[in-house]
Amino acid sequence: MNYNVDEKGYYGDFGGAFIPEMLYPNVEELRDNYLKIAAEPGFKKEFDTLLKNYVGRPTPLYFAKRLSKRYNTKVYLKREDLCHTGAHKVNNTIGQILVAKRLGKTRIIAETGAGQHGVATATVCALMGIECIVYMGELDIKRQAPNVARMKMLGAEVRPAKSGSKTLKDATNEAIRDWINNPINTHYIIGSVVGPHPYPDMVARFQSVISEEIKWQLQALEGRDYPDHLIACVGGGSNAAGLYYHYLNDQRVNIIAVEAAGKGIDSGKSAATSALGKEGIIHGSKTLLMQTSDGQITEPYSISAGLDYPGVGPMHANLFRSKRAEFISIPDQEAMDWGLTLSQMEGIIPAIETAHAFAALDVRKFNPEEIIVFNCSGRGDKDLDTYIDYFKL
Amino acid sequence: MNRIDQKFRENKKLLSIYFSAGFPSLEDTVPILKNLQTAGVDMVEIGLPFSDPLADGPTIQASSTQALRNGMTTEKLFTQLEGIRKHIEIPLVLMGYFNPMMQYGIEKFCSRCESIGIDGIIIPDLPVDVYHENYKVLFDKHGLYNMFLITPQTSESRIKYIDKVSNGFIYMVSSASVTGAKSTFGNTQTEYFKRIATLKLNTPTVIGFGISNRETYKTASDQSKGAIIGSAFIQFLEKEGVEKIGSFIKSIRG
Repeated sequence: MNYNVDEKGYYGDFGGAFIPEMLYPNVEELRDNYLKIAAEPGFKKEFDTLLKNYVGRPTPLYFAKRLSKRYNTKVYLKREDLCHTGAHKVNNTIGQILVAKRLGKTRIIAETGAGQHGVATATVCALMGIECIVYMGELDIKRQAPNVARMKMLGAEVRPAKSGSKTLKDATNEAIRDWINNPINTHYIIGSVVGPHPYPDMVARFQSVISEEIKWQLQALEGRDYPDHLIACVGGGSNAAGLYYHYLNDQRVNIIAVEAAGKGIDSGKSAATSALGKEGIIHGSKTLLMQTSDGQITEPYSISAGLDYPGVGPMHANLFRSKRAEFISIPDQEAMDWGLTLSQMEGIIPAIETAHAFAALDVRKFNPEEIIVFNCSGRGDKDLDTYIDYFKL
Repeated sequence: MNRIDQKFRENKKLLSIYFSAGFPSLEDTVPILKNLQTAGVDMVEIGLPFSDPLADGPTIQASSTQALRNGMTTEKLFTQLEGIRKHIEIPLVLMGYFNPMMQYGIEKFCSRCESIGIDGIIIPDLPVDVYHENYKVLFDKHGLYNMFLITPQTSESRIKYIDKVSNGFIYMVSSASVTGAKSTFGNTQTEYFKRIATLKLNTPTVIGFGISNRETYKTASDQSKGAIIGSAFIQFLEKEGVEKIGSFIKSIRG
């Protein structure tokens, strides 16, 4: 079975482009050009150079000695938290800004929840000298003040999304409406492996540098280019898509996806889409999403702002349905405890999103000779206020 | 014959009205339909509210959100519309996003529409090709038309394809924009209306998005079979109420 996207833009039953006709020309232009552009030697050279000299790639594959000892297995961390701007998000925004330039676009829009993707977008727009507008839920603007300030310093305009629940899904709706209203000069940089085809595939490709590096790094460290387990947190799923990408069709590798259970799967305050979602359409993609029996999209909850998306990318919906990946969900409390554990055992303060992934070590047994690679997708600076409140630091 | 086809045979410019079912009050659906028919409206699009209406501007979004708060659901709307054909003769079109229809079950949805006497459906986020591959058979079985949108950015080859596969009418979106009232149309729009008119499509066109008053209605219907008003009507409903619908229609048509 092939777990990559097919020529029609589907991952098994999921994906496609369920978009209003008003968006058709925009999406068609991108669909017809993204692979061609990404394959141009000039594009590759510029992309690779920026990843190296600007983002700071390759990121280390770090053997976590103390964690490995405690859990009696081999734990590696792919250090995406060391990327410029503090998370893997920038891999994608670099790729997309280069695509936008080649399509002749002069204006960039983006959505953001916690603000990480917004910051990564504002950063590359500053780098290229392109106008940048970031849509952010009115509630999130209040909750994520430092990232709002960062975007402003970087020269972006932050526009509040005031409709619906005033959070990430509404910011995404507003960005899509902006794109409908500005079809010619604007490129929409989506931050995760969600949205209509070709976005899930395009974003996954730009994030695939993560597993591309793991291959040669593991070869050098362990004498084989694949791990036994890959573990990542999944909100929309972009860091996970990058971690899994080059191993999707390699059955020697077990794939584990960690979702946010929030206050518990049955509490009504959760973001565990695989457990709670049903097949439907969100933001132009057929996937699993949390909704009422009447088909209204519901508001997810997680203590980590980056995981509270009511859907999951179509690649992940397919990995779940086909049982290619194991899905587990971790409640707020365990994720927060892991934020502290990773800090004190390895000297790495992770983003709360990232901390969810590590809790897999408590949920599941691993053998001593097995190699586990975690995506350490982001650093915890942005979450300090939450950590301070939670642990009364 | 489908009521939409019958209506489009009449030798007149059509006025169609969109409203969100369940707004301003949950039980307003039937009274609004009755008043619209009495006022001489030719066709109605009944909006099935959705939590995340991508293609809609602030007015329709807000009315959708309010309708959902009022308790509107797909099942509730169908229940309200049971027996509607005893009172209403004009064509009725349901307009809504695909996800609530999927959750209701497409087959069941089509079957309920048929038994109520709904003539057609508009689903902005269901692309033409997906419809043809997966759902057309079902719609045909239940005698339902599915109408598609075109915009100023739609290529001529795609317009011709949509014309070929369309039933009823083609919904011409007036500008590159989400829904919302505008007070005038600029040259770009008028040029676009003329460009489409000269294509001599087989399917009649009606123009929607941005129609709000007598002037925009006239500009649009001069170059097409008629026009659809949504946001401006919803704003009127909110301010003036269901009883005064006749005066709104009069202000458009004179």
